[in-house]
Order: sequence, then C-alpha cells, then structure tokens
Amino acid sequence: MSVLAIIRPDSWEFPLFLHVLGAMVLVGGLLTGASSLAFARGDVKYLRLGYWSLLAVSLPGWILMRAGGEWIASREGWTKSGVPSPTWLDIGFLLADAGGLILLVSLVLGGFGVYRLRQGKGAGLLKATLVLAVILLAAYVVAVWAMSGKPD
Amino acid sequence: MSFDEWVLALHVLSAFAYVGGIVLFWILIVAVRQIDTPGETIRMAPIVKVGNVAVAIGGVGTIVLGIYLAFALDSYAIWDGWIIAALVLWAVAGAFGQRTGAAYMRGLSKAKELEEAGQGGSSAELLALNRTSNGVVLHALASASVLLILIDMIFKPGAP
Repeated sequence: MSVLAIIRPDSWEFPLFLHVLGAMVLVGGLLTGASSLAFARGDVKYLRLGYWSLLAVSLPGWILMRAGGEWIASREGWTKSGVPSPTWLDIGFLLADAGGLILLVSLVLGGFGVYRLRQGKGAGLLKATLVLAVILLAAYVVAVWAMSGKPD
Repeated sequence: MSFDEWVLALHVLSAFAYVGGIVLFWILIVAVRQIDTPGETIRMAPIVKVGNVAVAIGGVGTIVLGIYLAFALDSYAIWDGWIIAALVLWAVAGAFGQRTGAAYMRGLSKAKELEEAGQGGSSAELLALNRTSNGVVLHALASASVLLILIDMIFKPGAP
C-alpha cells in the first residue's frame, strides 16, 4: 500500500510537479503573510508586506496548485460523473476549494485594511486577514497529509 | 494508514516546510532591498526566525524520513541514482542556504550596531548590506538545488 502511494503513472508527473510546486508556493506565501502580519506591531511597511505576500505569492500558488490538481484528476477520469473518487482526493478538493474561498475573503478584507492604512485605520481588518491565513496554513497541513499519506 | 504511509506524509510535509521557508526568504530578500533604517531591519528578525525554523524542520525532516523510506520500501534502494542525486542536492542546498544566511546576517548585525550607537536614521551602508547581490545569487543557487530535488522526487529518473 505504501508503495502504491508513491508510484504513479508517468502521465501524472508534469501535472503533479505543477500541483506540488503551486502548493509549496502557496504555503510559503501564507507563512510569510502570516508572519509579517503577526510581527508587524503596527508597522505599515510590514502590514503591507504581509498582505502583498498573500496577494502576489499565495494566490498564484493556489491557482497553480488547483489547476495541476484538476489536470491530474481529469486524466484519471475522477472528474467524470458517476466515477467514484478516493477519499484522499475528496479531502484534497474540499480543502483546496474551501481554502481558495477563505483566501479570497482574506484578500478582500486585507485589501480594505491596506487601503485604510493611509487614514491610520485598517489594523483590525488585517488582524482578520492574519487569522484567516493561520487557519489556511492549518487546513493545508491537513491537505498535504491527506494527499501524500492517502488515507482510505 | 500504515506506519510507512505516515512517514511518507511527514516527509512530504517536511518538504513543504523547507520550500515554504525558501519562499519566505525570497519575499524578505525583495522587501529588505527597500529598507535602510536599523529599526526596520531589526523588525525583520522574528520573520527570519520563522523562516529559519521552517527550513530547519524541513531540512532535517526530509533527509531523516527520506532515508528511512529508502530503506523501508522494497521498490527503492538508498543507492538508486535518483536517491543519491537527491542526497547530493540536499547537501548542496544546505551549504548555499547557510552562506545565504551569513550574507544577510551582516545587514542585521550592522543594524543592531547602528541602533546601539543611537543612529536610528537612514544608512547607505546598511542599505548596501541589505541589497547584497552575493546573498541573492546564493539564495538563487539554494532555490535551484531544492527545485531540482523536487523534480527528481517527482520524476524519479531511473526508478522502476
């Protein structure tokens, strides 16, 4: 079973590479965004750095991860109606899509927060962005565990 | 999930921590190029610490759990070409990573020195240290090594 979890058909390799690379970039952006927002202590430069890490790094990473995942799933026929998909794939899709939605919400909130920084406000909205980024990081740890360990 | 599947999941999570740390340092490398005051340079230290922890967990986790998997799984052996390539690249990435850290620590040390001397304003010398091209090249080399490990791990050239 453990061998089955690692060996994949050759046709998966390139989409899998894009999927994993995108997911890693997404996690890196979230780690930086959350750290910058958490340690900014009101410094506008670091609050902006945290937000832009999410927008310019995590979002493209999420798109690459999701597109690569869809590509693999469609090659395997798991996206066709009536075809049962494995549990680990359902967990992955659920967390990727829910995570994408949370990422968008965090970006909208953070965008308003960054805009309001000019008037000396917006710290509360960026705190909410920080909380969502931390939740996303935790969710993606579960997603990586599910996708790599492939529980039944 | 079997024990080996758990180890594999933790191995992959370690790889995510490693690359996540590298991405974090790329963002900081871009950000620090605009920073010329000791206070703002020092404020970056806790974020650097997060990156260091991620890279340390990732580095140790990938190598220890990866070597375990090479011995535990029947289909792979530690002397397989793609596994040896990964081990060599891991060592190369670590060496470049350490030198990158040393290059950027000069800026942080200078910032602390300036702050202790009561010079909190802009410093051209600090900006030059923060914009180290040596550090950028070293981090690019470390990143390229890690990218090659990822390609090697996914494509597994020569594996059955």
